[in-house]
Amino acid sequence: MNGGRVLGLLAEFAQGDQLRDGAQRARGQGYTVMEAYSPMPVEGLAELVHTRGTRIPLWMLLGAIGGGGFTYWLEWYSAALDYPINVGGRPLFSWPAFIPPALEMTILWAVLAGVAALLLGSRLPMLHHPLFDIRAFERASSDRFFLLLRAEDPQFDLQRTHAFLAALSPLTVSEVRE
Amino acid sequence: MSAVARHDPTPMIAPGEDATSISTRISHITLQRPFGWMWLGGLAVAALLAMLLTVGICWLLYAGVGIWGLNIPVAWSFAIANYVWWIAIGMGGTFISGAMYIARQPWRNSINRFAEAMTVFAVSVSGIFPILHLGRPWFFYWLFPYPDMMNLWPQWRSSLEWDFWAILAYLIVSIAWWYVGMLPDLATLRDRAPTIVRARFYGLLALGWRGEARHWMRFEKLNLITAALAVVLVFSVHSMVALDFSEGLVPGWHETIFPPFFVAGALFSGFAMVLTLAIPLRKGFHLHAYLTDRHIENIAKLMLTAGLFVDYSYFSEIFTAFFSMDRYDVAMTWHRIFGAYAWVFWGTILFNVVQIQLLWFRRVRRNAAAVFAIAVGVLIGMWLERFLLVVTSLYEDFMPSAWGMFWPTFWDLAFLAGSIGLFYFMFLLFVRLLPVLSMFELRKLAHQSGRGAVRRGGELP
Repeated sequence: MNGGRVLGLLAEFAQGDQLRDGAQRARGQGYTVMEAYSPMPVEGLAELVHTRGTRIPLWMLLGAIGGGGFTYWLEWYSAALDYPINVGGRPLFSWPAFIPPALEMTILWAVLAGVAALLLGSRLPMLHHPLFDIRAFERASSDRFFLLLRAEDPQFDLQRTHAFLAALSPLTVSEVRE
Repeated sequence: MSAVARHDPTPMIAPGEDATSISTRISHITLQRPFGWMWLGGLAVAALLAMLLTVGICWLLYAGVGIWGLNIPVAWSFAIANYVWWIAIGMGGTFISGAMYIARQPWRNSINRFAEAMTVFAVSVSGIFPILHLGRPWFFYWLFPYPDMMNLWPQWRSSLEWDFWAILAYLIVSIAWWYVGMLPDLATLRDRAPTIVRARFYGLLALGWRGEARHWMRFEKLNLITAALAVVLVFSVHSMVALDFSEGLVPGWHETIFPPFFVAGALFSGFAMVLTLAIPLRKGFHLHAYLTDRHIENIAKLMLTAGLFVDYSYFSEIFTAFFSMDRYDVAMTWHRIFGAYAWVFWGTILFNVVQIQLLWFRRVRRNAAAVFAIAVGVLIGMWLERFLLVVTSLYEDFMPSAWGMFWPTFWDLAFLAGSIGLFYFMFLLFVRLLPVLSMFELRKLAHQSGRGAVRRGGELP
């Protein structure tokens, strides 16, 4: 458990503001590869550790268009093309009556695409992660805030980064090993 | 000074609550608390009723829908009334999660988790009835378009088909949203679990959620867009339930007011169910710090508002019948008010119109026992209303030679009681197995209240 390569250094904070402040200072020091963990969303934190926006809305839009569009197409295909029945000269493609199922499928597939994008984008499910080996990290889901500076970062140096994190007055600083 | 006098002194979350206390106290309910005799007794009663439903379903599959009291002319009865009643109850939870999220009502953070659970269970229970009511329930998948040997497709122009798609979408979206919204709290339970077995159980459910900032960003974005879509879903699904009736030509059904009228009724009974769950939950689990009197009062106000929309629809229905001078509509209305089922009509009026007016008084809204009693009354009233709409439109329609009464059988009552049992069985399991309040949203609420970002009791903004 403790033998592996060092993946990064993890600093524990009591407050979300300290975490955000720490992430900001790490950015200022030129660190680029970092992760921040919190028991609830912290405003403005994601923008600090991650400069790119989220593509969830795009995936949801695609899900909506795909789900709604396919359902509407299927209604047209089945009622007008595959099995046309002439009932008193009514139009085969009764487009207003085809909207309700398509609307429901638009919403359903938008949400499903969003859920899939959340899980795949966040690489979940991932039942084990090196962070779970760290005792203090158990409180990341309750009341503690963590900043992880990763070893891939060109700025990363075990001693210097440790000193930098210690200067942020964290509760603990731990090494994360694979 | 009037602004000070009107300002609500009750906070949305008790002062002094922070991330630590919230995580400890709410996960304690799931992880540590011993089973009380109230919970065990409730579960036993609910399980017995759910078993009664199971026996009923088996008997129905063997003997057919004739075990119910329905027949021509009243071919829709308890089953459809139960279905509409249950799916309507679900709407309240989705509205709280969806519309109030968009409207930035932070007090909803305390109630949305169990309100969403209520939605999932209510929709699941409701879905049983239309399927059983088909007569040959094992062919229910014929509603689904698939390339079959008979070369048949569903009838896309039928509101019954629309309803199938609406329930399907609603059920899946409710479950998905409820589950994804629970991931951070399942992670909390995983990390606080006292035994390795429970840590693995919650660990599997939590999918390895770690609360990384990027994950939170995606999570929040998904929540926001789903909330907006959920509002559309609430209104569209229940409108389609209403269109099942409106597309029929029977007097009393063939009305354009039905979709908005049904949506109002759905929110009305949904809020009533939220109250009937919240008040015992708060008492049983001592959640007064998170479910304050202000929550109860706010939901009671919403229930009153929805109730007034419903009351207006009652008035409008009666007025329109006489104003149209359509002899069948007038006769139907007359039969409804003074006919064989008059007691159902007057019961509806008593529960849905008269008693809710008490909620205009602050003293009543602040009295949890009184609000609970009124909410139970609303649930009874809404069931009576569904029964009234279904049965009194059918039992005396156009031709007096085709008139006939509906009498419920033992199995009609058993299915109604059993569905209530099944709902409570699932809900009671939920309150002990899963996080009953949304911990991460409460942490956010406590954080914001601490900073004064949310107006707190006793303070001026």
